[in-house]
Amino acid sequence: MSEKNGVQIVPVHAGPRVLVVDDEQDFVETLVKRLERRGFEVSGVGSGQEALLLLGKERFDVVILDVMMPGMDGIETLREIKLGWPKTQVILLSGHGGEEMGMRGMAYGAYSYLLKPVSLKIVVETAYMAFEESGLR
Amino acid sequence: MSVFGLKDLGTKIAITALGFSLIPLIALGVTMYSMFSSTYHSKVQANIATLAENKRQGIDLFLREQVSQLRTLAYSHTIEDLSSPETLENILTTMQLSSKTFIDLGLINEEGVHVSYSGPYNLSQANYKNETWFNQVMVRKIYVSDVFEGFRGFPHMIIAVTKQEKGRVWILRATIDSDIFDSLVRWLQLGDLGDAYLVNRAGELQTRPRFGNKSREIYASFLGGNFSGAKIKEFEDGNKKIFVGGIWLEEKDWLLVIEEDMRGELKPLFKTQAATWGVMGSGVAIIIIGTLMITRMIVSQQERTSRQQAQLNEELIQSSKMAALGKLAAGVAHEVNNPLAVIREKAGWMRDLLEEEDVKASPNFQEFEDAVNKIEQHVERAGNVVHRMLGFARRMEPVCNDLFINDVIKQTAAFLDNEVKFRNIEMVWKLAPDLPTIQSDASQIQQVILNLFNNAIDAIGRNGHITVTTGVDAASKMLSIVIRDDGPGMDKEVQGRIFDPFFTTKKVGEGTGLGLSISYSIISKLGGSIRFESEVGKGTEFTILLPVKHHE
Repeated sequence: MSEKNGVQIVPVHAGPRVLVVDDEQDFVETLVKRLERRGFEVSGVGSGQEALLLLGKERFDVVILDVMMPGMDGIETLREIKLGWPKTQVILLSGHGGEEMGMRGMAYGAYSYLLKPVSLKIVVETAYMAFEESGLR
Repeated sequence: MSVFGLKDLGTKIAITALGFSLIPLIALGVTMYSMFSSTYHSKVQANIATLAENKRQGIDLFLREQVSQLRTLAYSHTIEDLSSPETLENILTTMQLSSKTFIDLGLINEEGVHVSYSGPYNLSQANYKNETWFNQVMVRKIYVSDVFEGFRGFPHMIIAVTKQEKGRVWILRATIDSDIFDSLVRWLQLGDLGDAYLVNRAGELQTRPRFGNKSREIYASFLGGNFSGAKIKEFEDGNKKIFVGGIWLEEKDWLLVIEEDMRGELKPLFKTQAATWGVMGSGVAIIIIGTLMITRMIVSQQERTSRQQAQLNEELIQSSKMAALGKLAAGVAHEVNNPLAVIREKAGWMRDLLEEEDVKASPNFQEFEDAVNKIEQHVERAGNVVHRMLGFARRMEPVCNDLFINDVIKQTAAFLDNEVKFRNIEMVWKLAPDLPTIQSDASQIQQVILNLFNNAIDAIGRNGHITVTTGVDAASKMLSIVIRDDGPGMDKEVQGRIFDPFFTTKKVGEGTGLGLSISYSIISKLGGSIRFESEVGKGTEFTILLPVKHHE
């Protein structure tokens, strides 16, 4: 983590705490590593239930949530999160380009809706904005 | 339905219609004509029979009168008186004052010798002892002869009666003027060509007919035996057709033959026949013309219907194909996007690691970086394809606003200004100035028009024209946008597939093959239709029809 590399360095104490939820293990793993490299405090889980469990133990500012998951899907998880932790912002991530799904997500209080495959730059920017939003509340 | 099938249908309809109308018409015509004909025939024959009967009565009466006149003469004078040629001469002269029927008178004794004679011929010394008629009269007392030449050398007929006086038998004989008899028989002809004459049992003519020689065949069938009343038959000789009536006289063994020209008698029938044929002919002609017209109308209507049906089917097939492919695309997109996301993240992680000092020092650093760049680039490309596919599959509700379609087109074309100039393509605008505004989704229409413009530009390549025409389609009352290029056009095979998703004629990487399928589904969703015409070497023309109000 050196400044020379041009990677954005964020002070740890101000770093947003991010939870990545996706049933695609490889995706979660890589995204976690890359976000950590950019100064986020990141955890990753493979399902909605695990996410809710972890949220119960730790505080997260932003949740990056896959919509299409076996078992408890993204929308359900989103509703639970919004009920239990209204300040936590949720960014929905989907490989299924259903505009309708996005609309529903937004209606249930998601902060944003991104389509896979998405560039990390956009994820990072959106996560920051969401983090700021969570701070305002 | 094939054109051949329709022609077949037309023939069937025509044959059926003609059969059902012509057969009754012809049957009616033939029946009426034949009934009229037979009625008229029997009427004519009855007329002829009546005529023959009347004439026979006249002739019989005439003969009876002559005989009774002669008998009166014989019994009212004594043989002595009659034997005197002077007295006989007086009697004949007196008789001839009123009627010239009797030409001469003669008294003949038992030996057949002329006792006295009065008349123009010199027969005073004639002896009739061996003549047939002499023997006949001696037996029968009254005798009417056939026409014969006798001593005089020309045809004549005689009547004779016997008288008994002073124990001896005498015969009073008179010659009948055959001219008067002839004219009596011929009196009252039926038509211009009618004829009447008498024949004896042997078939020899007894009176002179009006016209020439008579063939025996005309009356031969009547000669077999006597019959009462008149018999009528039809006789044909070459081109002459006649009615022949035959009736036997009562007073003499003679047959009265009456001929009537069939043509004359049947003139009204022939007129009727001509009229029947005329009416039937024109009826048949009218029916045939009418049937052909109706058949043609039905067939063309059917053709129109089946063409519309075929078009409808095609559209239905197209839209169901679209729906199925839409679902498939959505499923595939999801399955492909997740691995793409993983690949992207992995490549991104590799890029992150490339930032590390030790890796940078690697002699293959440049190779790694290039490889990572390529991976990201192609993930991007694949992602774009999948997103367009999703765009195609998405069931987005159109956002409707009031639009000036000409403005929408102009704005869209503005995106391509540079491209068009660069390729030396001329835009020809034929926009109708007074178009109504339409309620539709501007961005979606723009997407479609942009797509069509892009295709037109790609088709032309360099140097050409794109003609844009707007107007109101007269038939459907819809707004029409026509975009025409003078590019190379498309062959039939390409034409059949251009709306299919992933079908493209462009190079790999340049076109996804989704543009026209997306355009198709957008225009369908907006309640309009899109169609095209293309000819190889001439160019391609796309027509978009949009409803003025978007249907709900």
